[in-house]
Formats: sequence, structure tokens, C-alpha cells
Amino acid sequence: MSFMKLNLRAALLLGSLMIGASPALAEAVLHRGNSGEPQTLDQSQTSIDIEAFIVKDLYEGLTIYDAMGKIVPGTAESWKVSDDGTVYTFKLRDNANWSDGTPVTAEDFVFSMRRVEDPKTAAGYANILYPIKNAEAVNKSKAKVEELGVKAIDAKTLEITLERPTPFFIELLSHQTALPINKASFEKNGADFVKPGKLVGNGAFKLLEHVPNDHLTVAKNEHYWDAANVKLDKVIFYPLEDQAAAVRRYEAGELDLVYNFSSDQIERMRAANAKQVHVTPAMATYYYPFDTRTEPFNDVRVRRALSMAVDRDFLAKDIYNGTKLPVYSLVPPGMENYGEPSKADFADKSQLDREDEALKLMKEAGYGEGGKPLTIEIRYNTNPNHERVATAVADMWKKAFGAKVTLMNLDISSHYAYLQEGGKFNVARAGWTADYADPENFLNLNVSTNKTFNYGHYSNPEFDALMKKSYEERNPAERAKILHQAEALIMRDQPIAPLMNDANLWLVADKVKGWGDNANNEHLSKYLSVE
Amino acid sequence: MFHFVLRRLASAVPTLFIVVTISFFLMRFAPGGPFNLERPLPPATMENLMKAYHLDQPLWNQYLQYLKNAVTGDFGPSYIYKDNTIAELIGKGLPYSVELGFYALLLALFGGVIVGTIAALRQNSFLDFLIMSVATIGVTVPNFVVGPVLTLIFAVLLSLLPAGGWGDGSWRFLILPMIALALPQLAVFARLTRGSMIEGLHTDHIRTARAYGLPPRTVVITHAMRGALLPVVSYLAPCAAALLTGSAVVETIFTIPGVGRYFVLGAINRDYTLVMGTVVLVAIFVIVFNLVVDILYGLLDPRVRHD
Repeated sequence: MSFMKLNLRAALLLGSLMIGASPALAEAVLHRGNSGEPQTLDQSQTSIDIEAFIVKDLYEGLTIYDAMGKIVPGTAESWKVSDDGTVYTFKLRDNANWSDGTPVTAEDFVFSMRRVEDPKTAAGYANILYPIKNAEAVNKSKAKVEELGVKAIDAKTLEITLERPTPFFIELLSHQTALPINKASFEKNGADFVKPGKLVGNGAFKLLEHVPNDHLTVAKNEHYWDAANVKLDKVIFYPLEDQAAAVRRYEAGELDLVYNFSSDQIERMRAANAKQVHVTPAMATYYYPFDTRTEPFNDVRVRRALSMAVDRDFLAKDIYNGTKLPVYSLVPPGMENYGEPSKADFADKSQLDREDEALKLMKEAGYGEGGKPLTIEIRYNTNPNHERVATAVADMWKKAFGAKVTLMNLDISSHYAYLQEGGKFNVARAGWTADYADPENFLNLNVSTNKTFNYGHYSNPEFDALMKKSYEERNPAERAKILHQAEALIMRDQPIAPLMNDANLWLVADKVKGWGDNANNEHLSKYLSVE
Repeated sequence: MFHFVLRRLASAVPTLFIVVTISFFLMRFAPGGPFNLERPLPPATMENLMKAYHLDQPLWNQYLQYLKNAVTGDFGPSYIYKDNTIAELIGKGLPYSVELGFYALLLALFGGVIVGTIAALRQNSFLDFLIMSVATIGVTVPNFVVGPVLTLIFAVLLSLLPAGGWGDGSWRFLILPMIALALPQLAVFARLTRGSMIEGLHTDHIRTARAYGLPPRTVVITHAMRGALLPVVSYLAPCAAALLTGSAVVETIFTIPGVGRYFVLGAINRDYTLVMGTVVLVAIFVIVFNLVVDILYGLLDPRVRHD
């Protein structure tokens, strides 16, 4: 009896010691608000940023972005590029392992890239890897998957051959489509390889639990090559579609990070704690294409006049509370290899001067007051902010030219289906977010052969020729110059009116350390910690 | 009784068939498809996707294939939540919706009947006006207002309850979404009960019961209530079907991992199979609860008893 009592006492003592010691032993958990439920964790199917945040914690590509948004070696320790710029040889880290402890091999990358290009996989982003030799042919069933230009020289050496020199190829490799998958796990589990308990990753974290629409938990991967520097034990992603609800949960202290809160909350949040509100310009452009096939939008003077008459400052400041920035170029600012984009020539004029010039141009073209009547329909996808933008623009055009402007909205799927299938329109809303930090990604939208993305069907042989030349140019400085010339043409002809540069909005609690704002919007949890 | 149930269940099969057929074709009339996103897909990718999901085949072929699979319980893959089949998505989400909806239903039903009865007994008193004003507000104020207001008060200001999420499923997490979900229905039940109770209290048999000198409690609960509950019971079927299959609004505001949001997400994203799955789910709930209500009716009102 006394022995038992003693035992009990010892247990109590031990227990109290453990409780006393628990703050030091407490798990470091980051509660990360993600603005929606991931549609998939399969690298061949993912397409959106909220999925990228998760899959990039679970898997690591050959190259990754650091906390400040700079490209650094990931699973590849180093690489060599052949003199003609078409053969890349990657040396994988000796200690790069999967979460089950097995080594990451070059063969895994070969398998993953072949899978992405295999037409049977129907990967949504297969075109990201089209610069790889035969990738496009494989994806279009014109070549066998074995012909893809990706080869394992030995277990830790990977050779990738390109169709042509691609100056932004290293950036492309950090895209989620280029993440490796574990060949053994895929062969064993098939499509289920993405599920908790089965997913084998090579990232800093491994998948622990996933309750769709509630939370997704990842835990530190002890087999990760850089595990010693990973400070978090767990990251819990919360899919919060309701932006206002996300802010409330943040204010209630349930979340440490919130991605994309609603812009009408920004003033209030800034007043409460300005330091926690992070607004960074994003690699994304909000623009209005004109249908260059239809009158009067086939007239460059009309397009320029309409574009000039839009007061972008009003849109950005009054509608978006400064969470977007006025923009006068298609390529967003902040691209390291491009510098300042080529802006429209009216960018530096005052809004009043622009309106005077716009009126003159419109008269010259024979439209507006005293000329032919100007009727315009603005199409946009249903969304309160897009509606406010369209209403404001309609008002500006009415005031400037006496135009009769009508609005027309469809839900997002119908809106884009209509534009992508070549439907005729006057003016429409569109947006583009960079897949990789290169101006080509934006300028390519206006190439005449780009039937799907070139909504306005702008066709300018001079522009097409410059773009073609840019693909062949190997000197980065020369290439940037050519692309600047190409963008200048777009800004002269205004087949699209660039309106705003998107911003990424984050709420970052004071206790989160290691956070870096960057235009690429890359925020791997491996760099973060909580206090 | 047994034959009645059997007959009703047998008639559910053609009903479901018609529901499936109409929604299948209606869905396809909507412009756009599951892969027309803000981020446009190149034609080659689109072609691969259409082939992978058999969307490139003639529509009647897809329809027959869908029917054939649905009979065996295979409702296809989700086009949007690509890692899951429809059966998996609904299977994972439904328990959450049903649990939350069940509590909300109990709260709405009992709360509504009690409040409505009190109002009827104190007809035209201050209490009556108060209850009915609150009930009117309950019906008219949408839950996308009630939900955020509740969180602001109880989670952000008072820090008493969590602002959202399912957590460990304890009452602390459920109470706010339950109230937001139940309130409009509670108001409906209260109004229905009050109306029929007032009517019931003026009938001959109640006057007779009172004349016999029965205690007021017995008169109200055993005699008046029985007749007054008939309209309440008929409202129970659509109400239960709606609450148990989840609410897109409440689930989104409180981040409840239920199936309610799939109705909206499926339709907006043209996730054909997801829409079909949710339509079938609701149809089944409506059919089952209508049956339950018919049986309850028989218990309350001998005139409609099913022999």
C-alpha cells in the first residue's frame, strides 16, 4: 500500500514537472489561413496559389524560392548549362530524401516530368514544361513519353535537354508542376498517392491529416535534407473562402497568417495594427482587352482614347482602397530580368491632359459627340469589385465621350468560356497572374497565333516577329531589349487597356518570424517560425 | 402501414430517375464547362482533359454511362476536387452537416413550438408582440448577417467561443453555427405554432374540455397541441431536408466541413458530377422526410391513418 502511495506521489511529481516544463517542449505550430480549399494535391493537376503553398511545403523542386522570393537551389545542389544553353545538368543533393527515408533520385524526376506531359494524365499546366525537348509533342500525342528530353545519368544526376535556349527555365523549375513525385508510391497507390497516410513527399513537411473544408495539417519531415533548420513542428492550413470570416478568426487569435483578406477591411486593420498588414505588388495585371475585330475597336485611335479616359488612380484608390496599384504596362513592375516595363506614352501625363487628348483622338476617329454614336458593352465576370470597376469605367466613358455604355456580367466559367472560344465582344474584363517571373509570360498573350488567350484577337506581324526573335536571343540583356520593344508596340496600339497591378494581401501576426514580402508571393513554411 | 411504406419507397425510384435526368441535361445547357477558368487552358490541354473525363463523347452516351454507374453507387470523379470521387466528398462531408443540422433542427423545432405556444396563450399581450417581432426578425434577417454578428460578439469581443471551424466537434464549436442555422427555422415554427394554436384554442372540443374542468395544462398539451402540430409537422419535412444537407452560407462563414457548400461550388464551377451528387442527395432526403411526415401525420390525426 505504501509502495503504491509512493508511486502515486512520484507520478504526481513527475506529472507536475512535465507540466512545468511543457512551455519549452511545446510544439511550434503555425496556423495558416489559406483562402480556399485546395482542389488537388497532385502536382500534375494543381493550378492555383493556395494549392502551391501546400504542395511546395510537401515537395521540393530542383529549385525553390527563398523567403525574399529569390531563386535558390532546392533538391538540386548545383547545375551546369551547356554553352548553347540547351542542356542543363543537375546534381541532386546526396542527402535529399523522401519522407519515407528513401533517397530522391534522378529517376523520380524523369518519371514525374513524363507523367506531366503524358496526355493521359491531362495535366492542366503541362505547357509550363513545354520548353523541354519533345514535351509539347508528347503532350499532343505526337511523340512517345520516352522521347521527352529528361534523362537520369545516374541516381543523383539529371540531364534536361531543351527545345531551344530558355532564359527563364530555372524559374520554371520552381513551379509546382515541376515538383517530383515518388515513383514507388505512385506505382503502388495510383491516384490515391495524394491521400494522407500514402503521400510520400520530399519537402520540409509531410502530410498528416486532411479534413476537406476544415483543415490540412502538415508535420515536420525529419528526413528532409535541411530538417535541422526547419523550426516549425506543424503547420495547419485553414481553407477560408469567406474573407471576412478569415479576418474575424485572425482577430480572435485563431490564425497567425491570413492570405487575401477583403480589401474593404484594410483601413480598419491598418488602424488596429499597421505592422501586421502586408501589401506587396503581385505579378498580376488587371486589364480590359478590346475586340480588335469589331468596329470601332479596330481603330487604334478609339482604343487609345478609351484607355486614356480611364482614371486608374480612382479605381485603385477608391474601389480597392489602395490594395491595387494603377498600371500603364502589361508586364507588371518588379521582374528582375526585365526592369521597368515599357509604359504607355500617356502614363506620365495628368488625367486632365489625357482626357483632352482622348477627346481629340475620338473626334479624329469620328465618334462621340458630333460624330457617330459610340455604344460600348463591358463584359465582366460576376463579382462585386469587378462590377464597381465596370460601373466606374462606364461612367468615365460616358462623361468623356457621351458614350452609351452598358454592362453585362456572367459567372466566371461562362465569362471565360465565351472569351476563350472566340466570342465577339466590345470590352471585357480579364486578369493574368504570372506563372513564372518573366515578361514573356504576359507578352505572349497578344501573339496572333495565341487563339485562346488573345481575347481581342490583336494581330500585328511586327509584334509577332519581335516575340519570335526574343525566343532565339540568348543574351539576357539583348532579349530584355527586344521584349521591351514588343511591349512598347502593345502599349502604342492598346489592344488591351492595362488598369491595375494586383497586390497580395497578408495578415502576419507579430509572433511569426522569418516572413519576407516578395512579388513572387512565395512563402515556404520552412523559413517561418513562431514565438 | 408496412405496405404503405413499401409503396412509397417504390415510387421514389421513378422520382429519382426524373430528377437525375432533368438535372443532368439542365446542367449541360449552362454555358462553359468545368475547365473554363480565369486561367485559360491551352487547347491541347483542354482536349486531354475532356478525353480523360469522357466529356468529349456525345451527350446521350455520357448520360447513359452516368446512369449505369450511378445505379452501382459510382457517382464519378469530381472535376474540381480532383483527388476525390463524389462519393468520397459527400461521404466525408455529410456526417458534419447531419450532426450540425440535427441539433439545429431540434433547437428550431422545440424552441419554435414552445415560444409559439406561449405567444398563443398570451395572445395580443406584450409578450406575444415581443415574441412575434423577434420571430419576424428571425425570418427576415439572413444568416449571413446573424453568423458574423454572433462571431463578432462571442468570439472577437468576448473571446468565449471559437470564431469558426469544427475543431474537436465539441459544443463550443457547434453552438454559434447551430444558432445561425436554427434561428430562421425557429421563427417559422413559432409563427406556425402560434397561428394554429390560437385557432385550436377556439374550437368546440377545447371548450368542452375546459367545461369538463380539465386542468389548463392538460387542455393545452394533450388536446390543443395535437391539432396545432399538424402544420408544424408538414413544415418539418422540407425543413429537416434543408438543415441536414447543410447550408452553404453557414458552412462557409463558420468553416464547417459539410456538404452544404458543394451545391453552390458545384454549380458555379460546372462540376457536373458534384451537382448531380448533391441533387440526388437532397432528393433522397426530401423523399425520406416526406415519408416520415406522412407517418407522423397518421399518428396525430386519425383521419389520415395508413392501414
